[in-house]
Amino acid sequence: MDYDVIIIGGGVTGCCIARTLSRYDLKICLLEKEADIASGTTKGNSGVVHAGYAADRKYKKREFCIRGNKLFDQAYKELNFPFKRIGTLVVALEERQIKDLVYKRNYGTEDGVPGLEIIIDKNRIKQIEPQLTDKAIAVLHAPSGGIISPYEFTFALAENANMNGVEFFREHEVIGINKIVAGFEVKTKPRKFTSRIVINAAGLYSAEISRMAGADTFEIYPRRGEYILFDKNSIHLNKVLFPMPTRLSKGILVSPTIHGHVFIGPNADNILDIEDVSTTIRGLKEILSGGLKLVPNLPLNAAIRNFAGLRAVSNTMDFIIEATEMVGFVNAAGILSPGLTAIFAIAEEVVRILVEDLGEELKEKENYNSYRPKPEHLSDFTKMKLNQKIKENPAWGRIICRCETIPEAEIVNAIHSPVGATTVDGIKFRCRAGMGRCQGGFCKPRVMEILSRELNIPYKEVTKRGKGSHYLINNVLCIELTEDKKESEGVSEK
Amino acid sequence: MKSLDVDIAVIGAGSAGLGAAIEAKKQGMDVLILERNDELGGITLQCIHNGFGLKIFKEELTGPEYIQRFIDEVKELKIPYKLDTMVIEITEDKEIYAVNKKEGLLKIKAKAIILAMGCREKTRGAINIPGFRPAGVYTAGQAQRFVNIEGYLPGKTYVILGSGDIGMIMARRLTWLGCEVKAVVEIKSYVSGLIRNQVQCLEDYNIPLILNHTITKIHGKDRVEGITISSVDQNWDQIVGSDEYIECDSILLSVGLLPENELTTKAGAELSTNGGPVVDNYLETTIDGIFACGNVLQVHDLVDNVSAEAKRAGENAAIYIKERSNKEQIKKDLIKIVPGINVGYVKPDYVNFSNLENLLHFHLRVKEPDRDVIIVIKEVNKIVYQRVRSFVIPSEMIEIRTKFKSEVISPNCRELKIEVLPVSLLEVIDEVE
Repeated sequence: MDYDVIIIGGGVTGCCIARTLSRYDLKICLLEKEADIASGTTKGNSGVVHAGYAADRKYKKREFCIRGNKLFDQAYKELNFPFKRIGTLVVALEERQIKDLVYKRNYGTEDGVPGLEIIIDKNRIKQIEPQLTDKAIAVLHAPSGGIISPYEFTFALAENANMNGVEFFREHEVIGINKIVAGFEVKTKPRKFTSRIVINAAGLYSAEISRMAGADTFEIYPRRGEYILFDKNSIHLNKVLFPMPTRLSKGILVSPTIHGHVFIGPNADNILDIEDVSTTIRGLKEILSGGLKLVPNLPLNAAIRNFAGLRAVSNTMDFIIEATEMVGFVNAAGILSPGLTAIFAIAEEVVRILVEDLGEELKEKENYNSYRPKPEHLSDFTKMKLNQKIKENPAWGRIICRCETIPEAEIVNAIHSPVGATTVDGIKFRCRAGMGRCQGGFCKPRVMEILSRELNIPYKEVTKRGKGSHYLINNVLCIELTEDKKESEGVSEK
Repeated sequence: MKSLDVDIAVIGAGSAGLGAAIEAKKQGMDVLILERNDELGGITLQCIHNGFGLKIFKEELTGPEYIQRFIDEVKELKIPYKLDTMVIEITEDKEIYAVNKKEGLLKIKAKAIILAMGCREKTRGAINIPGFRPAGVYTAGQAQRFVNIEGYLPGKTYVILGSGDIGMIMARRLTWLGCEVKAVVEIKSYVSGLIRNQVQCLEDYNIPLILNHTITKIHGKDRVEGITISSVDQNWDQIVGSDEYIECDSILLSVGLLPENELTTKAGAELSTNGGPVVDNYLETTIDGIFACGNVLQVHDLVDNVSAEAKRAGENAAIYIKERSNKEQIKKDLIKIVPGINVGYVKPDYVNFSNLENLLHFHLRVKEPDRDVIIVIKEVNKIVYQRVRSFVIPSEMIEIRTKFKSEVISPNCRELKIEVLPVSLLEVIDEVE
């Protein structure tokens, strides 16, 4: 066997399981179909760490969320990802909705969600969140709710897993899984892998992967959510603001991001195509009108990007974390909200399954290191520190992304970090170059130059996010004229 | 940390920055230019088309030829400049913090600062185009850089959204390179850029201009495969059932430019509705001794006008240092210049009462195109200036140069309003009076 464990899927679920298992004496690899990890659902979601009062008690996701929320404090110390417990508010706009807030508070408190409080004093509400609509008559405040950068969190998990020996294979789409004696053979386009255990964390594709392994037990339906992101400094929010939830989702929220932008979204649109991350006129209108209900002062002129993500909704409406009848094949699927919050509890559950259901004797590695150093960011430096850093490495003095003030050094570090960036999007999501108001208008050619130089690939082969997403087709001088054109115009090729 | 003292620091070495620096130097000032790019010249370097210099040099030049004259003059005058140097902060006390690879962090204390950072292009996100988010969507200026500076082609078949000048110029440029530009799609009922570009870049090459339409979906997961365009109503809302699919591998956006004023805001200067800083007739911002010129102040349509404005900024900054910098400010007699009917914005935002008899430059853009109009400046209802124009369009900046006789404007005037009215309407007003 090549490996003890193969994890399929490099989203937050796969990476968190990888990092959790990297503590043990196991040979592990992770297979990701895209050019980078954190490319699917992980990248297109709200980035909220939920307090845990929201899900129905009948679902295991509720318990996992409450437990998962608590596990973030320790993980934050170890992994240094952008995360802040700024607190969340559920906003009641009508008298009849207060009943539901009371219900959420009482059951939430009973289940161990800390600090839940209903606030009806209008002055206090205004003080907590000055941007909230005057029509709010009551809010449920959950101080343990927070915001996180879901992709930077995932990179942190992956880096730490990689530091502890987990091998990452990107652009390795799984195309077949065969049961072999005492394990599995997993085929990807480039090669074959064998292992004793396979963990399916393939998100939207997890039902398909499960079927490939012959463990056909569930379905995944894509549910799309669209978002609009506003420029920094165009508006400031203290809290994550939720409307009263609908049957399909927690509703269209208005929230600050960990990097000081504000976003609105998502709507909830059940669609058929598992790859359809397009935004729509209808959807963007829907989230605008939803967002304006909570925050009437949204800076509509300061939008810098719209995007959509797909939730992987299982037919059980709940997480599917279980050993299957194919012994050694474990599903970690149907991870929709509050999956991000629950992620460490989900990984704990996978460990339990390995030990209790599969009889693995997990032994801790001697040299396991749970600490992942914080990536260095210019924005965290004092002026003196910056001056000193430039003296040590002049690349800190060359600012590439003007909007977010990202120097060349951060971009080079993002490329050479464990499981580093290989694409323009990879740079953007790791160190924010191109994330600001000009959306890479100025810095993209320079980021491409740096990628080309550091990865030793031709300039025009630098892509946005892997195969097929090239920015440039040709050198201007080598333009392919059609044969007859060449003849008739007597053009000689340079 | 390295510290420097200068009379005037100029931020940006494009046509505005160079023009301002040259004039300030000629006035005897000790000037330093800070440029974030690795060469002098700014965006004009990538504008290899002609049409530059007709006003300033009375001859037709390409962008690089035009700007080279300024670069040469900067070198002749031995004006110091720092390249690859990014200003990260300006304080209200006119301290500039900048970084570069060689010197690390720099602290530059200036007696006056001239802001000349230019503008940036509106992106897809700013206008919220729906659809997928593949590679193959570029702002027109970005594509221009890829083609003219880097020497690479972004694609083969294009649709250009927006009929701004750079978009139309790129339509012609790409056609010359053997690419196919399938259409220029404009949401408004008229072209956004200069009429001369509509004629010389689109009509001369039979590139279709589709008005009253916009992109309602971008297709293609990894790379652009096509777009859906739809016609829009007066509110720019999509008309249902009007969709049309166009196959293309690239989309260029030429949907407007925004003055780049992050540093200006950090310094504490106020911005006005056009996105540029609030200035008085000296081109001085609301921060004493900080001046602004070029596209950072207002997006110009001709580089020659940028140079002219820059010259004034350089001169005024020098005058400031010579006459005002050490004195208590006495700028309490400001008259507010208010955009009225069919005026999008006007610069300057204020005029000093004591300068009314000097030659004043006003720049404005109309909101909507119109024919047979009269441009008026009014003190309450009294017309103090008027000029007839046969045609106005938002893409063409209107310049007014005038002096006011002291008896025309009352001593307690606090506000002048500029309006662009149909001539017929004015006749009606006259009759009433």
